[in-house]
Formats: sequence, structure tokens, C-alpha cells
Amino acid sequence: MTVTFMMDGKEVTAQDGQTLLDVARENDIDIPTICFHEATTANGLCRMCVVEVEGQRVLQPSCIVKAGANMKVQTRSEKVIRARKTILEMLASTMDLSDAPDILTMMDEYGASHERFPDAERRESDVKDDNPMYIRDYSKCLLCWRCVQVCAEDAQYTFAINFEGRGYETQIATFFDKPIPETTCVMCGQCVGVCPTGALKPKREFLLESGKSPAEISVMNTGKKQRKPR
Amino acid sequence: MIKSDRVTTTTCPYCGVGCTLQLHVKDDFIYKVTSPFDSPVNHGNLCVKGRFGYDFVYHPKRVTTPLVRRYLLEGKPKPEGREQVFAVSVDGKPIPDSKISNDWDWLETDWETALNFVADNLTRIYKRDGSDAMAVYCCAKATNEDNYLLQKMYRAVFRTNNVDHCTRLCHAGSVVALQQAVGSSAMSNTASQVVMNDVFIVTGSNTSENHPIIALQMKEAVQKHGAKMIVIDPRRIDLVDMAEMWLPLKPGTNVPVFTAMAYVIVEENLVNHDFINDRTEGYTEFLSSLESFTPEYAEEISGVPAEDIRKAARLYASAENAAIYWGMGISQLSHGTASALALINLAFLTGHIGRDGTGLNPLRGQNNVQGASDMGAMPFHYPGYMRVDNPENRAKWEKAWNIEEGGLSLKLGLTTTEILSHVHEGGIRALYIMGENPMMSEPNLNETRKHMQHLEFLVAQDIFINESGAFADVFLPATPFAEKDGTFSNTDRRVQRVRAAQPPRGHARPDWQILCDLALRLESRLGLATAHWAYSNPEEILREMASVNSDYAGITYDRIDKVGLIYPVPTLDHPGTPTLFKESFPRGKGKFHQLDYIPVMEEPNDEYPFILTTGRLLEHWHGGTMTRNSALNEIYPEARVEIHPADAEIHGIRNGDPVKVQSRRGEIVVRATVTEKTTVGVVFLPWHFAEAAANLLTNDVLDPQAKIPEFKACAVQVFPVREGDLPNPEVMLERGRY
Repeated sequence: MTVTFMMDGKEVTAQDGQTLLDVARENDIDIPTICFHEATTANGLCRMCVVEVEGQRVLQPSCIVKAGANMKVQTRSEKVIRARKTILEMLASTMDLSDAPDILTMMDEYGASHERFPDAERRESDVKDDNPMYIRDYSKCLLCWRCVQVCAEDAQYTFAINFEGRGYETQIATFFDKPIPETTCVMCGQCVGVCPTGALKPKREFLLESGKSPAEISVMNTGKKQRKPR
Repeated sequence: MIKSDRVTTTTCPYCGVGCTLQLHVKDDFIYKVTSPFDSPVNHGNLCVKGRFGYDFVYHPKRVTTPLVRRYLLEGKPKPEGREQVFAVSVDGKPIPDSKISNDWDWLETDWETALNFVADNLTRIYKRDGSDAMAVYCCAKATNEDNYLLQKMYRAVFRTNNVDHCTRLCHAGSVVALQQAVGSSAMSNTASQVVMNDVFIVTGSNTSENHPIIALQMKEAVQKHGAKMIVIDPRRIDLVDMAEMWLPLKPGTNVPVFTAMAYVIVEENLVNHDFINDRTEGYTEFLSSLESFTPEYAEEISGVPAEDIRKAARLYASAENAAIYWGMGISQLSHGTASALALINLAFLTGHIGRDGTGLNPLRGQNNVQGASDMGAMPFHYPGYMRVDNPENRAKWEKAWNIEEGGLSLKLGLTTTEILSHVHEGGIRALYIMGENPMMSEPNLNETRKHMQHLEFLVAQDIFINESGAFADVFLPATPFAEKDGTFSNTDRRVQRVRAAQPPRGHARPDWQILCDLALRLESRLGLATAHWAYSNPEEILREMASVNSDYAGITYDRIDKVGLIYPVPTLDHPGTPTLFKESFPRGKGKFHQLDYIPVMEEPNDEYPFILTTGRLLEHWHGGTMTRNSALNEIYPEARVEIHPADAEIHGIRNGDPVKVQSRRGEIVVRATVTEKTTVGVVFLPWHFAEAAANLLTNDVLDPQAKIPEFKACAVQVFPVREGDLPNPEVMLERGRY
């Protein structure tokens, strides 16, 4: 079954079950995404991919809204642009985007200001360096949920991490905030592989960034074991 | 943020899954590994080894300069005995605190000197004692090209088939069984087809730890595609959590359990008569051998309830598409061939083979064990599984290698296990080891040690001085996967590229270059016409092999640049063959085999009341040459023996207590993990840890056909000892998943 509808004034067709984002990409219409990832289930969390659909009260996240017959979709209307710009400005006001070049590029593209919300409380926390494989720096986390998804049914079926807290306090955490080695984590790093902002990072990349030389890092691998005396 | 100098796409060096890796390099230092999400095998997923376990490349203990023993370099007579030395002498000074004769010190030297010592000594022994004194271990970690060259060197120069590698210790039973019944010895389907199964059996495989990415696909099959998984394994492995059924059989009772399933399938007329008539032979004889294998009989032997055997048989036989995936729990037994044949009989009975989403799928362990076998790194076969005792095959390779007619040996060579047991005057005198570690991987290591010590000359070509290389006379520093080009063939029969991400460290050289250099030296010393060793790149090596081995004939580096090809690829425009046996089996008809139940060699008794079964861990790799020299060792630094709570209580063992595990052949001291992951009467040990090597305990009895040792079952006793008896009295990092 195929459906035909209008996107940015152009007639497009979609296979049954395709989302608006799928159709846009097939037709070379650029819709920016942040939380969307080809390897995870789309959730419409970040709202960067919103589009305007005629007759709908609010903007629709194109990553989850299915294409329907006779829809009229605007991917770059004024309302859409304003929403995306505001999302970017809110992100920039609360988190560290220094390791998220794609988002920084989007900010330039949308003319988003880093200073739009100068009084916003920044989400800051210490780097969690609790295992030899990867670090977690939740100051850089935008809660896209991909790490939780790949740790669960989207890849690994390990369920070591989830959301913790509510509202503004929401964070990704292990259960009872235990250090990684004490959780069910198998250290596959699927989460590191899908993190868009450098909040999750291989330990060696982190060490190299902190100014350690390759020679110093190589020796650290053989350093003191993180073991407790019995 | 670090900007990489380059990103090199290559293939993971650990298990047989063959995941695609992207190595991110800055200043010749790999700081990150990622995987593309469109990678055909792993879809962007990796395990802890693939994603984080590459740091052995930079480990300070890695050897990057050729080493020879002091006695050789200083022209002294070879000292008595043969000693393991792990440290390298600095500036030629004796190794301090060494209780071993200084003549055994390792001294650094140049390639010229090291290769000349190797060439001189190998030719000396060959001229004196002939072909039968020479033997070589190829390497399932090395590339197809490396393995092809090493077997070529031993066959073409020393005219011997004493060529083998660790396939003998892992899937030899499966390979022989498949050759007998089907005529081919690889997985019949690709691992990613597991999502097409309605029912699948996982047996003798702890897939989550040993083939982690295939386990993800199995879990996906169950969770997202409604497949039913039947786990048949003595351990309550991770997959059991998602299984429809778990049949906890006693180690070594595969034949009665699977044959009882066959009994049920026949009894309840769930057989696929069309398939049996069209595609198989020996069914009538097979039927007559089934009589005694009632589920009740199997229950008595295996401990699996007869009703569960019936239910599993019905599930498997009634499925539209069903497949069997197995690991070393099937093959590593003194009747490993029979165990695998029992599985093959099931597939023949039900016709669950020859279609997508079905099949007989031995999960191959090493990244390139399939490839090394394909390359002829085996004592009975040239590349392409051409028997060495067939003069027609011999003639083909004589032509390819520029050898006089009748020059190559027709005599079957010795297997891995036999090579070491034949080390004596008049037997094997010189051994060349590329990348393997028999001092960890052979059964009954106390015996192995004696054999290693009795060698006249030993060459190790590796990246670390491991437990075996520590016995060598000359050490040739090779490059790991990240510093060489070539191909690996994964468990799916997918031939994929390996690419250098950085130049060799120090003076290390890629294996293929070392071998070509050495072969030329050997040929000139022996006055042989050259078999051709002047390759300018690894692809020329692969093409030479493919010119005789039709399975690889259509594979070029250009064709596998982005995505690997699944052999057989007989022509340059052939798309590859993901599913085998669609029309027929290589031997014509599939052959049913009649089986008898043969118990494991050592049954428990009052003195040795437990069955010890051995296996692997997610965090480590085999003999540990790579992973014990990696940060992986920090998350799993010591061996632990798993014992069931009921057994632990009887023997007064608490979780974490130090215990001695003792068999008729050896003993080790480790901490105990009291866990229901193992079954009553069975204890489990990983074999990665040299300081508590499980293979000191294992039984070196062999399967008569496949010559594979019985790693999966021997009798042991376990009793508490003192903290101070531990080889390493620190406590392991607290881990939630254990």
C-alpha cells in the first residue's frame, strides 16, 4: 500500500508504515534530528525533527508520525524554524555541547544563540570514571535515551541503565547509582557507540583529551588493579 | 575533542563473528573503536573485547625486536633442558634474580641474525632427520595469507604435512562429523539468519560470552520475531533467561539426549520423509540403531527429564524453520565426532537444512579459524580441503608451487595434539609456532611442558612472549591485526578485509613478510627451486591460493573492499553463497550415522566427585596472550571456579573462598564462585589464566577420529584451602554481572 501526500508543496509517496522523516530523506528534504538514530527505536524525544502538519494543533515529530494520505506537511515553516531554534537554545543554555559538533553546526544554521537564556541553571555533574573502559560525563548528556535503548531491547538486552529522577532532575543512571562494574553492565560500549554528545566516551579517548600521552596511557593499562583488599 | 588523523576500517581480531571495526587513530595511537551501523555482520554492535580490548597493541610487554637466546648469539653449546623465560635482558646484561642459566637469557638482535639462526637450525635438523622431524602450528588469529604461506613453507620446503592449528582443539569433532555426513565443514547458514528461525537449539555454546553479537541476534529472534529457543547445556548460561526450554544435561551425554530426540521424532512420525528419500542415505540402518535410545534411557544417563526431551524434539521437528547452533560442548569430548553426528542426524530427519533460516551451524571460535582451515593449515588437507593423500591434489599444488612431480608428501601429517606427544628422538625435533599458545591450550599441561622442553629447536612468531614462546630459541616479533593487511574468514564463511591502521611498532614485521623472508633463506640453504615467495602485497598471496581453491576463486580485495563475500565464490561475478546445500550436499546424499553411547573417559567417583567442564569468559580470549595484556584483565583479573550452592554447602565452601581443584593430572588454587549457573556435581573453570591454568587438570584423551581432546569433562575434587595458597591473593573487582 502506498499513500500520496504533499511535503513542502511537492507531491510525495510513502510506503505503508513509513514515517514523515523516512519520506523526507527519500526525497532529499533535510529534516534535522538529534535523538533519532537508525539503530534505535524512534521516540520523538528531542523534538528537533518537528514539522507542521495542516490541521494538527501542535507541531508533529516526523521521526514517529506515519505518513498519511492527503497530508499537507511543511518541514521548514516559520513555526517549525522557531521551534527548532528554541530547542537548540534551550540545550545550549543547560548543557555542555562542546563534544557535539553536529548540534553546534545546527545552531549556526538556525542562527540559535548560546545566550538566549542567560539565567538558565546548567545541568552540571562530575565525570563518572568508575571502570577501565569508558567514562560518563552527564554534563554533556541531552537525554536522547539512545544509550538506554541500546542497553535494552534495541541491541544488548542488558538493562544496566535507565532514567533516574524526574523533570529537570532527570538523568541517565545505573540502578541505585552503583558504579558500572557492580551493575549488570557487560561493558560492550553499545551506549558509547550511539552517544551524540560525547557524554559517553572511551576511557582512552578521554585520557588523550586530558593531555596524557599515548605512552603514558599504555602504561596505565598495566597499572594498579582496581581491587579492594579482602 | 580529538580529531583523528585517520579512521581505518578492519575486522575484529577476537571471535569468529567477524565484526567490522573502525579504528580511530591519532599520532599512530588507536584511541577509539567504533563500528558502522550498516555493517553486515554486527550492525554497529560490538562486545567489550572488540570495542575496548585492542590496547594489547601498545602494551609495554609487547616484543618489537627479534630475540635470540644468549647461547645462540654467543655461539655456546645449547644448555641442558629448556627453560621458560619471559623477561628480556637489558643491554645484554644477565637477567637479575634469574634462577635459570644465563645462557637462556633473551637478547635483542636484528632480523638478519634472528632469521639466519632459524634457517640454519631448521635446515640442520631437516637434513639430519628429514621431514618427519619438522612440524608447525599455524594460527587461527593470523590472516588467511599468513596461514597459507606458513603451510606452503612447511609443505614445499620441508615436504611434511605436520601442519596444524588450534582448530584441532576446538571444532575438530564437528569438522570431521560434517565432512563424513555432509562433505563440507562450515556453518551451513549465516548467523544473521537466526532471526528467520521459528525454533532453534543452542547447545554446548555459551553464546553470550563467546559469540556475543550472535547472542544478540538470538535474543532478537526470541524477543522480536517470536522464535523459540531451546538451550541444551550443563550450565545455566545467560541465554536460558530467554529460552523456551533449558535441558541441563550432564557433560558428555550429548549422544543419548540428541539420539533420544531422534527416537521421539521417529516414534511420533514427525520425520520429513521427502527430505529423507531425496537427500539422504542410511536411514533404514539408522532406524534400527535407535531402538535403545528411549527418552527414559537418556534421562537415566543425562539427568534430563524424558518429558523435556520429548517436548524439545516435538518443538524442533514441528517447526517450519529450525536450526541448530553449537559450540565446543559438542566437539571437545573423546566422542566429539559422535556428538556432532547426533545433531546432524536430527537435521536430516526433519529436513531442517538447505533453506534460509535452518541449518547446522557450528559457531567457530577464532576470528580466522574458518580461514586457517580453508588455507590448509591442517595435516590432512591442502587449501580448499583437498586431501593430501590424493595424488591428483598433490599434482595441482606441485604445479602451483613449482615443485618437481611427486615432490610433495602424500603422508598424512600429525595433528596439534600428536605433534607435541611425538616430540622425542626419532620424532618431532623442531617446532615453529606462529601465534599459538599450546602451553595454555593443550590438555594436561604438565605433559605438554615436558614435550616442549624436549624439543631440539623452537621458533615462536608472536607479539608477546607467552607461556609457549617463553620456551623458544628464537622469537620473531610479528604485528597484530592493527598493523597488517590481509583477510579473515568468519564463522559465516564471510571473507573480510583486515587493514593496517598504523605502521608496525618498533622492528616488528607483518607475519607474511617474515615467512617469505625465511622461506627464501631455507630454499637457498637447501638448494631448492623457488616455490615463489616474492609477493609485493598480501592480495597476491590470496590470488595464488584462489587459483587452485575454487571456493575463493572469485574473491579479490577490490570485491571485498566494502562488504565481505561469503564463499563459495567460484567466479569473479559470483555473488557468494550465504546458504549451503540448497540443492545437494557436497558428498551427494547426506549420510545418517548410527551411534553408540560412549561415556566420557573419566566418570566421577568418591575420590574425584565432580565433573570439571572448562570454557571461556566474555572478557578474555583463549590463552590470554592478548586479553591478559589489556585493560580487559582489570575487569576480570583472576580465574574462579563455579560450584553449585548445594555442592558448596556439603564441602563447606563459601562464595569467594580459596579452593584447590585437583584432578589425576594436576591441581590449581582459585577462588570459588558459588552459583546456580552450574549444575549439581559439575564445576566450571575458565582456561585463560596461566597462574591457575585449567588445562593442568584436563584430560588428554582424544577422540579417535578427530583427535580432539576431552576438555569438557574430567573428574576433579574441590576442597577449601588457605588464603595464602592463592597464586594472587587480591580480590577481583566487584562485578554485578557475576
